[in-house]
Amino acid sequence: MNEIWAGVQEAFRLIFILDADLIEITLRSLEVSLTALVIASALALPFGTWLAIRRFRYRRFTIAVLNALMGLPPVVVGLVVYLLLSRSGPFGVMGLLFTPTAMIIAQVIIITPLIASITHQAMRELWSEYHDLLISLNTTKRQRVVALIWDGRRTLMTAALAGFGRAIGEVGAIMIVGGNIDHATRVLTTAIALETGKGDFALALGLGFVLITLTLVVNLAIHALSRTEQEGTW
Amino acid sequence: MVRLAISVCLDSVVVKRRGKTVLGPVDLCLQADGFTIVLGPNGAGKTTLLKVLHGVERVSRGSVQWSIPNAQVREAQAYVFQSPIMLRRSVRQNLAYPLQLIGIDKAEIASRVVDWAQKTGLQDALDFPAPRLSGGEKQKLALGRALIRMPKVLFLDEPCANLDGRSTREIEELLYDATKAGTRIIMTTHDLGQARRLADSVLFLMNGALHEHGAASNFFAAPSTSEAQAFLNGDIIE
Repeated sequence: MNEIWAGVQEAFRLIFILDADLIEITLRSLEVSLTALVIASALALPFGTWLAIRRFRYRRFTIAVLNALMGLPPVVVGLVVYLLLSRSGPFGVMGLLFTPTAMIIAQVIIITPLIASITHQAMRELWSEYHDLLISLNTTKRQRVVALIWDGRRTLMTAALAGFGRAIGEVGAIMIVGGNIDHATRVLTTAIALETGKGDFALALGLGFVLITLTLVVNLAIHALSRTEQEGTW
Repeated sequence: MVRLAISVCLDSVVVKRRGKTVLGPVDLCLQADGFTIVLGPNGAGKTTLLKVLHGVERVSRGSVQWSIPNAQVREAQAYVFQSPIMLRRSVRQNLAYPLQLIGIDKAEIASRVVDWAQKTGLQDALDFPAPRLSGGEKQKLALGRALIRMPKVLFLDEPCANLDGRSTREIEELLYDATKAGTRIIMTTHDLGQARRLADSVLFLMNGALHEHGAASNFFAAPSTSEAQAFLNGDIIE
């Protein structure tokens, strides 16, 4: 119990004195995960929607694979990205290993299937509702995807937030490809792992509380911006 | 504006679902104007016939020939479903949607939307979410949304099922005005009173087969088949 109490105190102390290191790694956490979220959403939202309206031969198989990929182990993703980006790997010349860009790449791979899968589920319901009307109006495939994404935007936000939650709390992959380098690739989760390893539980817990608060703040901010709770139910 | 005449002929059309024939074989020609009511018991193939004409049902055999090129046919048609499908948007956006799809400019859309909101009595609900309208209002919105593109042919699948007298009357007035404006209407209904009020010609279907096709006055006065006779008498036919 003492450690937890000390952790809470440490969290308040760090926030209160606006600890420079804390601000730096918090901002880097946000930068990496939000960038990954934007890229993954740009890929997964149209793909999930397309999957919901398109009938093709290996559709069931694709959906099964997508659902399986939701549980992709971050450590393995990290390892594969590491090998691809390392000096001897195919993309070694780009010098991306141990940079925030490498961390973003790993997180995009981890959260894209998650967002796409949730999108597919939500869009399938909306599509069964809209199907007859959109067919009757003689819409093009593109117009259908746009209509579904626009009218399903609230459910899609849930999908995106689930992706963000997975990204910001993820440690395995970014530890491997980022390397947890101070002032370069250290983020909240890798810092927590490091401090725990060093036995500084108060600092580790303090960072943990900051991470939880950050997740809450981002969720609430996105909800407030998109006014989910104010326009009533659709 | 000169309206192109648009007529259609079905040539021994058959629709099968899971090996069962739900419609056909149907041979039928519909002329370019007027108000046709499709009558018949449940499962007679009324909706299927409408969908075949609209081009959204797969035809197992036979062919559908329109008097204008196929590419233009779909543009010139609109369909109103039995249970209205509302986009999860405001009334205004629902009305505007069919026009946005065909790339009409914004000022034109805005004026047509206001115009049709007035015609359908929804002018005070323009910014209200469409899915939360009452049943009658939803159906009026669906009808307005179908008519806003000024279709040459309008299909309606029991638009007044589950509506009260007042909503039914308002919808019938809109349909009457649309016919006046030159829209060809083909509509199914279970309401014989409504059929008598609106129909110029009648199609009577039973078990997927077309039993009668003729002028409404003849059909109601002296139906030529015993099934139609029984149907009009209010007997239960199976």
